Amino acid sequence: SWSWDRTSWQTYATNLSAFPAAQSEHLQQKMSENGALPLRGKVLTLDTMNANVKKVDYAVRGPIVQRAVQIEKELKEGVKKPFEEVIKANIGDAHAMGQRPITFFRQVMALCTYPQLLDDNKFPEDAKNRARRILQSCGGNSIGAYTTSQGIDCVRHDVANYIQRRDGGIPSDPDNIYLTTGASDGIVTILKLLTTGEGRTRTGVMISIPQYPLYSASIAELGAVQINYYLNEEKCWSLDISELQRSLQAAREHCNPCVLCIINPGNPTGQVQSRQCIEDVIRFAAKENLFLMADEVYQDNVYAEGCAFHSFKKVLFEMGPEYSSKVELASFHSTSKCYMGECGFRGGYMEVMNMDPEVKAQLTKLVSVRLCPPAPGQALMDLVVNSPQPGEPSYQTFMKERTAVLSALAEKAKLTEEILNTVPGISCNPVQGAMYSFPRITLPERSINEAKAKGQAPDMFYCMKLLEETGICLVPGSGFGQREGTYHFRMTILPPTDKLKIMLNKLKEFHQKFTQQYS
Amino acid sequence: MYAPPTETENLGNRKSRNTGCDNGESLRPSHTPTGCGNSYSAGYCSFILSAKASAGRLDGKMREKTLTMDTLNPQVKAVEYAVRGPIVIKAGEIERYLEEGGTKPFSEVIKANIGDAHAMGQQPITFLRQVVALCTFPELMDSPSFPEDAKWRARRILQGCGGHSLGSYSASPGVECIRKDIAAYIEQRDEGVPSDWENIYLTTGASDGIMTILRLLVSGKDSSRTGVMIPIPQYPLYSAAISEMDAVQVNYYLDEDNCWALDINELHRAHQAAKQHCQPRVICIINPGNPTGQVQSKKCIEEVLHFAYEENLFVMSDEVYQDNVYAPDCQFHSFKKVLYEMGPEYFSSVELVSFHSTSKGYTGECGFRGGYMEVINMDPEVKAQLVKLLSVRLCPPLAGQAAMDVIVNPPQPEEHTFKQFHQEKSSVLGALAEKAKLTEQILNAVPGIKCNPVQGAMYAFPRIFIPPKAVEEAKALGMQPDMLYCLRLLEETGICVVPGSGFGQKDRTYHFRMTILPSIEKLNVLLGKVRDFHIRFLKEYSGLE
Repeated sequence: SWSWDRTSWQTYATNLSAFPAAQSEHLQQKMSENGALPLRGKVLTLDTMNANVKKVDYAVRGPIVQRAVQIEKELKEGVKKPFEEVIKANIGDAHAMGQRPITFFRQVMALCTYPQLLDDNKFPEDAKNRARRILQSCGGNSIGAYTTSQGIDCVRHDVANYIQRRDGGIPSDPDNIYLTTGASDGIVTILKLLTTGEGRTRTGVMISIPQYPLYSASIAELGAVQINYYLNEEKCWSLDISELQRSLQAAREHCNPCVLCIINPGNPTGQVQSRQCIEDVIRFAAKENLFLMADEVYQDNVYAEGCAFHSFKKVLFEMGPEYSSKVELASFHSTSKCYMGECGFRGGYMEVMNMDPEVKAQLTKLVSVRLCPPAPGQALMDLVVNSPQPGEPSYQTFMKERTAVLSALAEKAKLTEEILNTVPGISCNPVQGAMYSFPRITLPERSINEAKAKGQAPDMFYCMKLLEETGICLVPGSGFGQREGTYHFRMTILPPTDKLKIMLNKLKEFHQKFTQQYS
Repeated sequence: MYAPPTETENLGNRKSRNTGCDNGESLRPSHTPTGCGNSYSAGYCSFILSAKASAGRLDGKMREKTLTMDTLNPQVKAVEYAVRGPIVIKAGEIERYLEEGGTKPFSEVIKANIGDAHAMGQQPITFLRQVVALCTFPELMDSPSFPEDAKWRARRILQGCGGHSLGSYSASPGVECIRKDIAAYIEQRDEGVPSDWENIYLTTGASDGIMTILRLLVSGKDSSRTGVMIPIPQYPLYSAAISEMDAVQVNYYLDEDNCWALDINELHRAHQAAKQHCQPRVICIINPGNPTGQVQSKKCIEEVLHFAYEENLFVMSDEVYQDNVYAPDCQFHSFKKVLYEMGPEYFSSVELVSFHSTSKGYTGECGFRGGYMEVINMDPEVKAQLVKLLSVRLCPPLAGQAAMDVIVNPPQPEEHTFKQFHQEKSSVLGALAEKAKLTEQILNAVPGIKCNPVQGAMYAFPRIFIPPKAVEEAKALGMQPDMLYCLRLLEETGICVVPGSGFGQKDRTYHFRMTILPSIEKLNVLLGKVRDFHIRFLKEYSGLE
């Protein structure tokens, strides 16, 4: 498909050698624009690359975040802006927002990393005990050894015990636990197992709209079929079984729906599912033969009174053996959210239930190709599921730190809802759980037209302007999916209360200005 | 000189052999696996449980599973990964059996199947762990027992992290100051060849980077499907990734008679043959070689790069063993440096990605899953796609990124941690060189074993003679002959090595891979046991007993 003759190539090469290597790319581009020289084509171009990768979209780190990074650099270089700093409210990154790590966790991690500290009397005994226990189950007693692919044995046992406690005694088998590299890794792995077929038999994956875009991105990458079911914004983003039924029916025309993904508490929508609703979903999955994936990474983040977290597993088992011995369920957890917010460690686990044993062997094989999840992340996961107990020296400090984070989050959830709902043209559902609000915004017709003329989603246009004028970085609702003709954005509630207040007020002012400008 | 490989020689991924649970009678558990506390037991439990499950289906009431072997993603089914395959599962079982008080003709299992230095007793580099501990628990900055050099580095890394915490997400390509340190390291290593930090991407171990780049490259259907050229023997991550992505594996054979050297004629042969049924677009090189331990000469690298240039191939160079060169007449040459020295005609056009990791070298920090890749001459639009793809997984683990930073920015002669650091580093690398030599020598003294010099990396890949009677017995069991050999070795001596068939080898040749990582004492014992076993095995199957 490409060709060049030796003489012209040599001329080009001679010219090129007069330039420092760094400039050669520009030169090459220039020359090919002129059409002067037929160059050796790239092997990998937009035309030749994996088409599924091209289809992947991940708004949480999309163009708006790239622009935010750019603006940060401009500020550093002294460029004048109407604001002094960029506030990245686009992602649930607690530590980046100033949240302090839980002392006990970091003490144990430091001990695991540098065991010489086990002789240091500044470290409490309970931290040392945990570190010793973790190291004893690592190869060569080092966190630098590969672990088994499924995860460190004692960590998997601790995870199983934790689940059993959480779920009021419903048994959990360590053999069903797989440590992962953050929850994302587990979700992609399970979807990978499930994706098969061609054309009308291709695997369909039911996801909520709005959704966390990891789902749509993975579905695109795997070439599966995305099936949207819409959450009910009018009813506090609750899940409606008749909507599940509708979307499943429609999808059966063109694919083979076999997976149902649930995010509870919801991301980006912050709703907490009622026990009844979970039961209905399970009954639906059982009836329609769907594999259930329950994303429960926000399980400790429930703020609203009258709401409680119910694990899918617990509800499944309480529904009796008719369900508990049948419905295939994978549930996911992570070190990145809740009160610890340890995103950088990439820790997580999944529990798989009722998985065909042969498929489970395939899963173990598949995860072995990546060798193992990071050992520090596994160690941290262990601490989350095996935190200080009453009577242990670190208990009080731990509880104080944990409670402080969670009650501040509850306060910020309330504050966000309240302030946003005072703005004409913004309406925000209660943030019952998780770490985000996902308010609906009314955009003037003229701004919608202007956005469309620019080839931008109207809420992207809105968020871009917000970023340029205030330094606040949010993710447009279009990155998560929303009913046509409605517009939203996602913002985390993680900034410290005083900063959050400032941010919300800036947002309020901006929205009013924007509305005026385009009306 | 090279016979085109027959279909049966393509011992890569295409056929399902020895995976998970279809690995033959001898791998069934000898005791009931109800306790299933071991991660490797899944495969075993499956035998019992699947019998239960199918019985359940017979009664007609049971809801069919949504996800079964019939509905599973067929590419996943095709994946094979011998380094953690059936033999390792068996080793885990035996280990547990011993722990529970069972008796065997040996007291411990020696897992020589994987390059896992710390598991083999290698001590971490003190300085690296100090820096990572400081990053993890910054309260230690006040501790007088940590050296200033370590504190200085930890502060710098934390300043590059959101909220100065290792617990925040980093940018998807990695922490900026670490990317800059890596670029500076590469420039220094390559004696001034420029490295742009924006071409550096931190990864979750090298495996993650390799998979990501392959994912970008795999496209097309049927005869336009992407073909990926890999060495045989190869590190099975490659064949596994190729299976998972349903790309076409194109084998080129390394020359065992010539110290596993890469022969450019063989590349041509493999490429020509592959063009008939796919579109070869990538060539993967592992240098120093895994499992074969050869170190490529500069001339050979030039030839490969010229070949890639002529045939329009994307080059992936797996250079994770770059610090592991032992043979006195060998030296590591990076593909990038050689490409640069070939002149702008090459340096401005050949697309090259090279991979490095915290897991090998002298640090052996496998558990941290640190690594990076440098991407050269990638189409800018594709690079944007790469960044987007990486962003879906958010970021590589921060502790691994920090460990990578220490490796590329180690103590300098003027710093006062230098002496201890240098001592620890040289002691690891010196011992490895000694063990490489020792392994070669002892193995070559055994009749029926022939071992090429271990010039670099961490493994010996000796060729073993397997008597025809043993070959027949293996075939009757539906097993590769070297699998039979390795299973017997494991059962009789507790030594766990990986059969050559897991890496690919020329038809009717047999090998195994073992690491040279055990301590010298232990390695001596291990090699002695291998020798005794081999002689016994030969006798038994040659009918001499």
